[in-house]
Amino acid sequence: MKTNDLAGRIPWTLVVFLAALAVPWLGSRYDVFLATQIAISGLFAVSLNLLLGTTGLVSFGHVAYFGIGAYVCGILMKTYAMPFSIALPAAALGAAFASLVFGFFCVRLTRIYFAMLSLAFSQIIWAIAYKWNDVTGGDQGLPDVPYPDLDWMNSIPLLGDLRIAGQFYVVSLVVVGLSLAAMRRIINSPFGRILTTIRENAERASAIGVDVRRYELAAFVVAGGFAGIAGALFGIFSRGVFSDYVFWPKSAEVMIMTILGGIDHFWGPVVGAATLVLLNQEITSYTEYWSFVLGTILLVLLFAFPGGIVGGLSAGFAWLRRKRGRAISPDARRLEATGAETTSVEVKRA
Amino acid sequence: MLEVKGLSKSFGGFRAVSDVNLAVAEGEIAAVIGPNGAGKSTLFNLITGHLQPTAGRVVVDGRDITGVAPFKICGMGMGRSFQRTNIFPKLTVLENVQAAFLIHRGQGPNFWSRSERLYRTESEALLASIGLAAQAWTTAGTLSYGNQKQLELGIALASDPKILLLDEPTAGMSATETHESIALIARIARERGLTLLFTEHDMAVVFSIAQKIAVLHQGRIIAHGDPATVRADAEVRRVYLGDH
Repeated sequence: MKTNDLAGRIPWTLVVFLAALAVPWLGSRYDVFLATQIAISGLFAVSLNLLLGTTGLVSFGHVAYFGIGAYVCGILMKTYAMPFSIALPAAALGAAFASLVFGFFCVRLTRIYFAMLSLAFSQIIWAIAYKWNDVTGGDQGLPDVPYPDLDWMNSIPLLGDLRIAGQFYVVSLVVVGLSLAAMRRIINSPFGRILTTIRENAERASAIGVDVRRYELAAFVVAGGFAGIAGALFGIFSRGVFSDYVFWPKSAEVMIMTILGGIDHFWGPVVGAATLVLLNQEITSYTEYWSFVLGTILLVLLFAFPGGIVGGLSAGFAWLRRKRGRAISPDARRLEATGAETTSVEVKRA
Repeated sequence: MLEVKGLSKSFGGFRAVSDVNLAVAEGEIAAVIGPNGAGKSTLFNLITGHLQPTAGRVVVDGRDITGVAPFKICGMGMGRSFQRTNIFPKLTVLENVQAAFLIHRGQGPNFWSRSERLYRTESEALLASIGLAAQAWTTAGTLSYGNQKQLELGIALASDPKILLLDEPTAGMSATETHESIALIARIARERGLTLLFTEHDMAVVFSIAQKIAVLHQGRIIAHGDPATVRADAEVRRVYLGDH
């Protein structure tokens, strides 16, 4: 996958990150609002894709861990006036711990039963959030979760010019960026490779010595922890945590984002999140039948790009490259052909 | 090396494998033959822990492994291939073999290193020895059927097994492919000093490499011994070889 042309040498990840970082200075308050939502949803969707795309586990209850992260962070910051630097890791740990407990049961089932049990657990979390008035605020939710204390930013040039929402966006973007970097690293690690063998063929994986359930559980916990980080950020961003955040339609929404963007690519879910957030905003401003229009657009996109948007684009680029490659390098192909021939001769001799 | 004692498996009222005794010595190449439905695959799945026996024991190297989970059995030095081709189709050929090295060398819990660089040399050497070096970067699912079978052998070998169980290694292959893969398997077994137990329906294949043959018929061993003995056995001729 090495490309020697200019496009291949530009560190695209860094470019996109810097461009996203510039939004509060170049864009409007509304742009900052959208960008924050995209960044947080992107992290949530990538965490789901660690299960869906990497391990091949379909979880319909991923919102539970997002919600637990949101509640843990919100309760610690609002009720106990804890700083963000403690509340955020606590949210991640709380969500990871819940994933460990629920995941222990989920990985004992396969496929549709796994999906149903994960959904059932998320509905339990929702019921708790909805009814446990003293802690979660019940159906009233937990309004007025404070922003983190970002006064230190005011003494820094440029950052000091921003409103608190812009400053929080910068914090969110850094947290999301670091989380994505960590997840990418995990997916490319030996652990991540073992997860892909489970997705590809669990029976074969166990025959080479993989304890499938244990690895599935580990993936579930990692994904839950990162979902918790996304939830914690989202609670602060939307200035409150409500039981809607753990209700099942949000699991469906993040699944749509992930599949729409493409589950076979690391960045697919982020693209899916951006697409869905932007489409949602655009369409709601034009028509009251927005869910009908959005549904139609999603249908068309999914039929046009069965591998998601990123899957479709990369297939298109690969096709272009092949077309160009065929024109310029017959040598390379000849080399390949002779290489293949040598091996088959070796086999015969053996 | 491998000992199977009184192994039985019933599915409901049907006895798929009944009271099978089998012993394979170290370095030996042994085959289990029998017509379709004789219980060969069931026997294999019992040995590798994919199925729990109703009765009997499986002993490898003096250790009782009856009912031990498949992923643990692999770590005890037993590798296997499956009758239905069983690879990781969307990974490259190299990654298929590399994954087996990673798990076997205890790298599974490693969250942080870059997996693509690990065991590259070992993986490439292994691919070269099974004749797939040129296809290292091919997506495994797009290989020809024969090559996929070769790759499956490679995946099993990456765990460095002492004993290898191959379930119908030439199923669905053309005559040429069958010939090539049997030559390959025989060479690998010799080079690595492997103990080999395989099932097969192709008589020519079995008699060409097996040193010991057991004939399974309706879940029971009806004859076993060296190829000449088995070939001469009257009952074997009646139920099985007579078909040809």
